[in-house]
Amino acid sequence: MIRGVIIMNDQGKPRLIKFYEFQPPEKQQELVRSIYRVLCSRAENVSNFIKADSLFGPDVRLVYKTFATLYFVFIFDKSENELAVIDLMQVFVETLNKCFREVCELDIVFNFYKVHTILDEIIMGGQVLETSSEEVASAVDAISRPLSLSLSLPLSLRVCVCARALVSSCEWVLRCNRHLLLQLSLRVLEHGAQKYLWLNSTECFFSSLYFLLFRFV
Amino acid sequence: MNPFSSGTRLRDMIRAIRACKTAAEERAVVRKECASIRASISENDQDYMHRNLAKLMFIHMLGYPTHFGQMECLKLIASPGFPEKRIGYLGLMLLLDERQEVLMLVTNSIKQDLNHTNQYIVGLALCALGNICSAEMARDLAPEVERLLQFRDPNIRKKQAALCTIRIIKKVPDLAENFINAAAALLKEKHHGVLITGAQLCTDMCKVSTEAHEHFRKKCLDGVVKLLRDLANSPYAPEYDISGITDPLLHIRLLRLLYVLGQGDADASDTMNDVLAQVATKTETNKNAGNAILYECVATIMNIEDNGGLRVLAVNILGRFLSSRDNNIRYVALNMLMKAISLDSQAVQRHRATILECVKDPDASIRKRALELVYLLVNESNAKPLTKELVDYLEVSDPEFKGDLTAKICSIVEKFSPEKLWYIDQMVKVLSEAGNYVKDEVWHALIVVITNAPNLHGYTVRALYKAVQKSSEQETLVRVAVWCIGEYGEMLVGNAGMLDVEDPITVTEAEAVDLVETAIKCHTSDLTTQAICLVALLKLSSRYPSCAKRINDIVLHQKGSLVLELQQRAIEFNSIIGKHGKIRSALVERMPVLDEATYSGRRAGSVPAVVSTSLGTQPKMSNGVAKPTSAPLVDLLDLSSDDVQTPSSSGGDFLHDLLGVDLSPASPVSGTNNKAPKNGTDALLDLLSVGAPTAQSSSSMLDMLSSEQDNKRSEGLLDNFASLSTSSAHSSSAVSSSSMMDLLDGFGTSSSVPVAETSGPSYPSVVAFESGSLKVTFNFSKEPGNPQTTTIEAQFVNKSPDIYSNFVFQAAVPKFLQLHLEPASGSTLPASGKGSITQKLKVSNSQHGKKSLVMRVRINYKAKDKDVLEDGQISNFPHGL
Repeated sequence: MIRGVIIMNDQGKPRLIKFYEFQPPEKQQELVRSIYRVLCSRAENVSNFIKADSLFGPDVRLVYKTFATLYFVFIFDKSENELAVIDLMQVFVETLNKCFREVCELDIVFNFYKVHTILDEIIMGGQVLETSSEEVASAVDAISRPLSLSLSLPLSLRVCVCARALVSSCEWVLRCNRHLLLQLSLRVLEHGAQKYLWLNSTECFFSSLYFLLFRFV
Repeated sequence: MNPFSSGTRLRDMIRAIRACKTAAEERAVVRKECASIRASISENDQDYMHRNLAKLMFIHMLGYPTHFGQMECLKLIASPGFPEKRIGYLGLMLLLDERQEVLMLVTNSIKQDLNHTNQYIVGLALCALGNICSAEMARDLAPEVERLLQFRDPNIRKKQAALCTIRIIKKVPDLAENFINAAAALLKEKHHGVLITGAQLCTDMCKVSTEAHEHFRKKCLDGVVKLLRDLANSPYAPEYDISGITDPLLHIRLLRLLYVLGQGDADASDTMNDVLAQVATKTETNKNAGNAILYECVATIMNIEDNGGLRVLAVNILGRFLSSRDNNIRYVALNMLMKAISLDSQAVQRHRATILECVKDPDASIRKRALELVYLLVNESNAKPLTKELVDYLEVSDPEFKGDLTAKICSIVEKFSPEKLWYIDQMVKVLSEAGNYVKDEVWHALIVVITNAPNLHGYTVRALYKAVQKSSEQETLVRVAVWCIGEYGEMLVGNAGMLDVEDPITVTEAEAVDLVETAIKCHTSDLTTQAICLVALLKLSSRYPSCAKRINDIVLHQKGSLVLELQQRAIEFNSIIGKHGKIRSALVERMPVLDEATYSGRRAGSVPAVVSTSLGTQPKMSNGVAKPTSAPLVDLLDLSSDDVQTPSSSGGDFLHDLLGVDLSPASPVSGTNNKAPKNGTDALLDLLSVGAPTAQSSSSMLDMLSSEQDNKRSEGLLDNFASLSTSSAHSSSAVSSSSMMDLLDGFGTSSSVPVAETSGPSYPSVVAFESGSLKVTFNFSKEPGNPQTTTIEAQFVNKSPDIYSNFVFQAAVPKFLQLHLEPASGSTLPASGKGSITQKLKVSNSQHGKKSLVMRVRINYKAKDKDVLEDGQISNFPHGL
């Protein structure tokens, strides 16, 4: 089983911490620090495996890889194949690359929740869920599209998006029949997307429409 | 709207935290954010809840407390919108854990979401459940998960449900039975994600339930084998490839399932042999992913029931791994070989050369593993070549690796040495390459072996001499060499005991002394080395008479040493060399042969080894008082407790007699030598032994003591030693020949304590002991101000018509008393009560007022040329002593 995944930068700042067995927050920080100490002292061109008995108990190992300024660390026990974990790490990084287009540290800092989502699509409860980065990327895309709209865009952009939504949905509506439009608005009500109420009602309607277009059509 | 919560967005907060220069600034920003989040929570501000939670997750990652956001997670999960749910579940997995009570509240929400029509929401709920499910939740939600596991559509959720099931059966193993059929059905799916998770689920179920194990073995084995075969033969499928290999993870999961199914079942193992062989031979090895499959395949082959051919194939794959350029592959191969060695050591032996190469790897962790593996591979037949390789490598290895390497080489050499010559050769090599990394036990053992090989003494001392010339910076080598030169110095100079294999060398006595002098003067030498050097010099002074003067000068030089131990030795040895030429040669005889069995037994039992004490390895002590005083005794006497065996059998009994059963044997000396009772006893045992082979050394010891007494006045440093020597000398004087008495008389008076006999309360005299021929009367007096101590004057009167010569009185007391015997007024007792001998005893009673004195006495004398021994117990002391 995979016990945890940590991303940290070359100064030891954690960028993502995910443990699949509960560790209290203080312990997590301590582990990150001790792992960082070990990683720093590793020479170049040595194997990527580190015995971590002292930190996690018997038979637990770390595998790490450096990508640009980031250390990727997977913590796993003896039921995992060491070499396969390296492959899995490769899948993870590839997927990050796909989702962020040439991922860099800043992407991970500002979109850590998205990185979590990606990781959740690859590893769940310490077990491998999916190894095809295509499939992971599309699943993540499907989940996070509405969220990125609502969470990460500044207000002005949201208005823009709403405007675009307005245009595109108008075009769309022109092509479709009224019946469908009615159905859609009914589903908007059904979903009760209260979150969008901070805009005025028109914007709300169209942004919800946009949301629904993406999700259900 | 809340003025605080509207403030910063997540991105702004991250930016502000990143801009912080110091930890204090960061804390301030976080504190401010937390305050506004709290305010927002208390205002029940729905609009910003998900943003706040996202912030909290970031703050949590930085290690700050975020418990106040836990309830918000639950609220978000319960809200109907997908984005809220999503962030809520994310927060749930990060901020909460399975141990918290709050988690109970979320069970219902998760249950609803598992039954939701939106598959994404179901996905979120499954994901959360798979990550944080507790035992209670597992029981409550198992039916939902089971339903999802069998649900026809959509397919994607099945893999999540499968992993969720793993978590559930790990939490509640009893539930495993319910899932057996569903899990087996997963293996018939087409979707590769479902297959991966299905195989994983089956593997984990086998671990928790034997019933499942049986079921899968019977029903699914063929299916799994077929799956694996199809997979191995399948054409390249780009969508699942990892660096050019199709779906390695699925390969690995299936192999792992076979690993579990084949364990301990010959039939099952038979079924999978073919496919394993196919995977092992067909997989490409130029990619990490391919090697991962091969590695798993090897692990499976090692674990299933024996099939010789496959195992050899597996070990050969590992051998190929070892020559790979990828560090990771070498690393895992070594790990696996370590397991393989117990199964088929012959097959592993074939790759010895490659493994040996790995010992020289630049990667420290690989080196370490390879070394351990080599250590396991060593047997009688290959010990010599392997050791040679390792010793050769020792020369060029990294300093930080030398410690490990040396320890292993020493252990191999000790365990498998076919002959002593080879052992000594290898050890000399190791000592000259890495002497500073050798542990004390190792060179102690070497010395024991050297003493036990009389025909190799000459060879060894010459080899060591040559080695020290080359590498004098290796402390341990210098120690062993100096010790050997001290013992076998004449063989070094005389080229005695030449072996055929060695070249003759010419060493003069002066050169040998040079070596020791360099060692003792070298500023890096530690106390042990210097002490050994001093002893060696003492011995050489007798072996090389021509250099005695020079040696004395070197020894004298150490008189100014700041270390008490060295100073003391220097003074003692100086007086031996200067004043006691007659007995010196006898005093510095060779060490008796050290008993190997006893030595190794000691090592095992971790008893403070007297052997090592006599070798001069006292721990460093700046102001050693008790211990060093006794150690030189043993040193001087040139004996370890091993060779006291003959005398100690008599001496020991003798002492036990004297002391009574309940006494610790050391108590007579413990007054001055509490800290080293064992050593003290050794010395005493020896002193007390009469007519034993060591009597000679005991007399020279007494000789020594008298000179010691002279030094005492000038140096004033050795009080403790002196008092020890007085007490032990007295007990020994009792048994030593009367020719020694004059020596003792000299300082007996000087060290006797003036007693104010007139002061203090007076006690009646008692007849302590009376037999037909002898009467002993005790007179008591006390020193004023010291009620614990009693001075007893014993008066011996001879009632028989014969003259008693060699009259010796001995006494012993229980632990709570301390006894100090002063010399008797004479050793001849005139006949028929015409004269008497008096002797003073000082007794201090540590339990004064609670217990009264008690004493055992033994009297030895010669009457009519016959030895007579009388003994008895005295308990009629007056009260209050």
